[in-house]
Amino acid sequence: MSTLTAKRLNIETKLSDDLSKGLRPVEKVKKMIYETNQLHIWYGETHAIKGIDLPVYEKEVVAIIGPSGCGKSTYLKTLNRMVELVPDVRISGKVAYNGKSIFDESYDVEELRLRVGMVFQKPNPFPKSIYENVAYGPRIHGIRNKGVLDEIVEQSLRKAYIWDEVKDRLDTSAYSLSGGQQQRLCIARCLAIEPEVILMDEPTSALDPKSTFKIEELIRELKETYSIIIVTHNMQQAARISDKTAFFLDGELIEYNETNNIFNNPSDSRTEDYILGRFG
Amino acid sequence: MKKNNHPTKTNPLNVKELIEKGKKTRKVSQKLEKIIPFILLSITAVSVLTTLGIILTLLTETIHFFNIIPIWDFLTGTVLKPLNKVPEYGVLPLISGTVISSVIAMIVAAPIGLMTAIYLSEYASEKVSLVVKPILEVLAGIPSIVYGFFAFTFVTPLLREFIPGLEAANILSPGIVMGIMIIPMIASLSEDAMSSVPDIMREGALALGSTKLEVTKRVVIPAALSGIIASFVLGISRALGETMIVTIASGSTKNFSFDVTQSMQTMTAYIVEVTSGDAASGSTIYYSLYAVAMILFIFTLLMNVIARYVSRKFREEY
Ligand SMILES: Nc1ncnc2c1ncn2[C@@H]1O[C@H](COP(=O)(O)OP(=O)(O)OP(=O)(O)O)[C@@H](O)[C@H]1O
Ligand SMILES: [Mg+2]
Repeated sequence: MSTLTAKRLNIETKLSDDLSKGLRPVEKVKKMIYETNQLHIWYGETHAIKGIDLPVYEKEVVAIIGPSGCGKSTYLKTLNRMVELVPDVRISGKVAYNGKSIFDESYDVEELRLRVGMVFQKPNPFPKSIYENVAYGPRIHGIRNKGVLDEIVEQSLRKAYIWDEVKDRLDTSAYSLSGGQQQRLCIARCLAIEPEVILMDEPTSALDPKSTFKIEELIRELKETYSIIIVTHNMQQAARISDKTAFFLDGELIEYNETNNIFNNPSDSRTEDYILGRFG
Repeated sequence: MKKNNHPTKTNPLNVKELIEKGKKTRKVSQKLEKIIPFILLSITAVSVLTTLGIILTLLTETIHFFNIIPIWDFLTGTVLKPLNKVPEYGVLPLISGTVISSVIAMIVAAPIGLMTAIYLSEYASEKVSLVVKPILEVLAGIPSIVYGFFAFTFVTPLLREFIPGLEAANILSPGIVMGIMIIPMIASLSEDAMSSVPDIMREGALALGSTKLEVTKRVVIPAALSGIIASFVLGISRALGETMIVTIASGSTKNFSFDVTQSMQTMTAYIVEVTSGDAASGSTIYYSLYAVAMILFIFTLLMNVIARYVSRKFREEY
């Protein structure tokens, strides 16, 4: 028996001990949802990702930080294969979602994107009504019943903390909303198909502090159910909302650890320099 | 740190002074600015006044015609026999010819044009569209008389292989060929409308697990709908006004019928026939030209109004 399994068993026995004593378990065994091994990405001649290994566990918020152009968005877009939309992109290495390699010939991209939602840097609602924006996902995945859709729309908008602001004007265009409201609408749109993971690429970079605060609240809330991977340029934000932080530099993963450690006790001097604003 | 770009003491750069120097020339251009609107207005007036002039002429001559032939008889008459001893002036045969040929043209052009636009904007690689687009432009540049010839000598004989009852001059063949002629216009206008839908919206839809076809159907086309419909309406206008193809390939039978295998005359072809014959100025048949032209004008005007209304109504702001 390997030491790892032994450790595992240990934790599990400890768990059941705790449970039998009626206490909250001290440590949960978390499932790994994303596994990245030796990932390389090229855009034509540009080598954007240079051999990254990065495991992501369920119900965690992972923040990705790093200077502009270091490959954060590229990495995020790889996780739901949106990166393939770029004409001459080349990918090597392995990314597995729930144990299955997503680059396999037989892997169903639509299925992957149904499970893994994405929120973009710039709010991008469809030029449709607020209602239709949220109902879009469920509709394309086969939900037609009006009552069910109504229910999904309301719940999703509530989860995204925007219901009260829009409940009286669900039929008006999404473009009548403010930027911050549009972004929360996009989050609601994403929640409507109940993904397991949400990828967010600088979701608050275009927003005022109040909208930013609301979205951070939301992320904290969502963490209970979803895994969230968020790219941010805002160090305080990373520190406030994430459990783990990955520091990217020039296509490489320099450091990946508990957020606490990254910010208080980084093991690489470059991480420290970046966090303290000495470069980037 | 180097400061090469900054002015040195020997070479001072005084922006304020330079602006002061430029003020004189600016004075002139500021004065010019005041008269420019009037110059542009008078240039614009040329086209506006010309249009008004044409409408006025049409109107007076048409009224003259209706003094000879009652307007009601003209609009509801199903017989058009201007050269009879007792001439009859019913415009319905020409309207049916015009409408039927345009409908046939749109049945051909709308789906093919839209599919082409979808292919070019959503599916085709850069390389393919670099080849296809110029071909479409060439197709759009072919003079309509060539299309007319093509309809008469190629399409009609071809169709007669399949439709035995098809007359040598018929409305079906020129209708189809008009459609072919309009395809590039619909394709390129719709393609413009679809390509101007921001990619970020497609990405949003793809990220929700849509297939490409779903993105096209549910996001791109709705967002581009006003442009697409405008292209259709322009296509219809073009078909309504098309003259050469129908003159050559549809003969000059003034039938009020809905049988597309027969020869029919359109309003435009009637105008060609009458003007190329010797209609004496001041004769009834001469005035009938204006009445027919007036109807044609109202048709296209109506299309324009519809296009405006529709593109406003279906506009999805983004
Ligand atoms: N579509 C593309 N085509 C070619 N090169 C690209 C493309 N997108 C990104 N790159 C290049 O890949 C590298 C990584 O880009 P990426 O967008 O992932 O950076 P980022 O870390 O998200 O930066 P930022 O913080 O500015 O958003 C950069 O050098 C960039 O120029
Ligand atoms: Mg980025």
